Amino acid sequence: MIPALVVFAYLGVALYIGIFAFRSSAGRRSAEDFFLAGRSLGPAVFLLSLFGANMTAFSILGASGHAFANGIVTYGLMASSSALIIPVSLFVIGTRLWSLGQRHGFMTPVQMFRDRWECGHIGTIIFAVQAVLLIPYIIIAVMGGGTTLATVSNGRVPFWMGGAIVSLVVMGYVCFGGMRGTAWVNTFQTILFLLFGAIAVTVIGAGMGGFSAAMESLLQSPSTAPLLTRERVSPLYFLSYTFIPLSSIAFPHIGIFCLTARRLGHFRKTVVLYPLCMLAIWLPSVFLGVAANAAREVPAIESKLEARAELAAASPSLAPQDRARLRAQASGDDVILRLVEGYAPLWLASLLGACVMAAVMASDSQILALSTMFTEDVFAFYGGTSRFGQAAQVQMGRLFVVLITGVAYAIALRMPQSIFDLATQYAFAGYAALSPLLVAALFWRGSTKWGALASTLWTAASVLTVAAIQQTIPPPAAGAISVWSPFGIDVVMRIPAGTTVFGLLPVVPMTLVSALLMVVVSRLTSSSTPTPKTISRYFANTPGYSSGV
Amino acid sequence: MRPLVAAILVGLLYVLHQDFWFWRTARPLVFGMLPVGLFYHAVFTLASAALLWLLVTRMWPAHLERDPSSKR
Repeated sequence: MIPALVVFAYLGVALYIGIFAFRSSAGRRSAEDFFLAGRSLGPAVFLLSLFGANMTAFSILGASGHAFANGIVTYGLMASSSALIIPVSLFVIGTRLWSLGQRHGFMTPVQMFRDRWECGHIGTIIFAVQAVLLIPYIIIAVMGGGTTLATVSNGRVPFWMGGAIVSLVVMGYVCFGGMRGTAWVNTFQTILFLLFGAIAVTVIGAGMGGFSAAMESLLQSPSTAPLLTRERVSPLYFLSYTFIPLSSIAFPHIGIFCLTARRLGHFRKTVVLYPLCMLAIWLPSVFLGVAANAAREVPAIESKLEARAELAAASPSLAPQDRARLRAQASGDDVILRLVEGYAPLWLASLLGACVMAAVMASDSQILALSTMFTEDVFAFYGGTSRFGQAAQVQMGRLFVVLITGVAYAIALRMPQSIFDLATQYAFAGYAALSPLLVAALFWRGSTKWGALASTLWTAASVLTVAAIQQTIPPPAAGAISVWSPFGIDVVMRIPAGTTVFGLLPVVPMTLVSALLMVVVSRLTSSSTPTPKTISRYFANTPGYSSGV
Repeated sequence: MRPLVAAILVGLLYVLHQDFWFWRTARPLVFGMLPVGLFYHAVFTLASAALLWLLVTRMWPAHLERDPSSKR
C-alpha cells in the first residue's frame, strides 16, 4: 500500500502547484493570463513543460508495452524519428507561430487560420475536427491513470476509481492554475521522470542480474531473439511511422504552448535539447520493455508471456472473445510497473510509481488547449466575450475543463483497446494529416480557405473510414485480410495491428492527399486568395518577400 | 547557412533513419547489452541534437523577433 500512498502524495503536490499558481496570478484575471500564462514563460519552464506536454501515458506505458511485444523497433518507430522531426517543426513552424501570436494577439491556431485565410465558419469546422481528434489523447491519459493506480495499489484502487482520481486532480489544477499551473506541473513532472528514468534502469538491471545476461538469454530463444532486431517489421511500415511526428506541431496544445514563451530565444534551447530529452526518457522505456521478456521470475510478467505463447499456438478458429482475453492478458501496458514492483526496493518502487503517474498526467495541457479553443474559437468568436466580458470567458473556460474531463472519463471506461493503438489510429494520424494547413498558412501565399477546408474534410473523412474499417472488420490472428483489392491489387489491408494502405500506415496517404488537396483546391480557387494587406502581415518580413502572390 | 543546405542536411538525416543495414541483426551487443539496431538509433538521436544545434546557431530566424513597432 506504500507505493499507492506515495502516488497519492504526488497527486496532492500536483494539485497544490495548481492552487499556488492560482494564488500567484492574483490580480491578473485576463484570458491571456489564464490561457497563455501571460506569454511569460521562461526558457527552462518552456522547454520542460513543452516536452512534458508531448510525453503522455502513450510514451511511457504505451512505449514500454509496445517494446515488450515488438522489441527494439519501438524506439526507431517512435522516438528517433520524433527526435528529429518534432524539434525541426518547432524551429520552422513554432517560431513563426510565436511571432504571429506576439504581433497579432492570437491565442489558438484557429484564430490564426481565420485571420490568414479571411474566413469565419471554415475556422469553426477546423476547430470541430481538432477538438474531436484531441479527445482520444485525453482518454489515453485517463486510462493510463487508472492502470497505474490499480497496479501500484495491487488492485485495491480499481481501474474506474484510479481514472476518476486522476481526472479530478488534473481537472483541479487546470481549473485553478490555467496555463501557469499546467506549465509548472508539467515542469515538475518532466524533472521527476528524467531524474528517475536512469535510476530505474540501474536498479532493475541489478535486480535482474545484469542486462547482458538478460539480452543473451533472449537471443538464445527463437521466440524472443527477433525482439532484438526489426525483422518482424517491414521497412515500408517503418518508413510510414516517420509521418506520425508531423502531428506534434499540429496538435493545438503544442501550437498554443509555442505562444507562451516570453522571448523567441527560448526556442533555441528547446529545439537543441528536445532530442536529448527524448533519448533520456524513451531509451530506458523501450529497453526495459524489451528486457522484461527475460524477467520470468516476476509472476505477473510470466503470466503475460504464457498468454502470448498460448495466443501464438492457438488455432485460427479460436473464439474471438478468447483471443481478446488472451490479448488483454498478454498486453504489456503495465510492464514497466511490474518490473519496478519485482526488482526495486519498496521506497524506490513508490517513487517510480509517482514518476509514471507524472507522465500519465500530461493530458492537462490537452484539456486546457480544448478549453482555450472553445472559449476563443467559439465563445469569443461568436460574441460571448464582447457581451459578457473577459471574466465570464475565463469562467466558461473552467466550466469547459470540467465537462471535457468528465466526458473523457466516461469514454475511457468503455474503451478496452490498448493505449498505443488508440493513440496512433485516431489522434496522431489525424493531426499529421492536418499539418499541411500550418505549412500552407505560414509558407504559401497562394493557399486559400477552400484548400484548407478540403484538407480538413479529407482528414475527418479518412479518420472515420479507418475507424469504421477497424470496428467492422476484426483483426486477423496473423497475416492480413484484404479490405479493398481493385484489379487484384491489394490496396487496403486489415492486419493484426491495424490497417495498411499499399503496406503503409494510413497516416501516409492521409497526409499526402491532404497536402495535395491543399495545393489543387487552392489553385482552383485562386480568386479567394486573401487581400494583399493580409498577405503582407504574414510575409512582409520574410527575406525575399515581394508583394506578388 | 543557406536554407537549401539545411534542408539537404535534414533530408540526409531522415534517410539515415531508414537503417536497413542493421535490420536483421542484434549483434554486436554494444556495452554488452544494447542491440546494435537500438544503439544506432540512440546515436541517431544524438546526431539530431547536433544538427539542430547547427541550425539554431547558423540559421536562427532573428527577423521574427525584430520589428517591435508592429507589436500589439
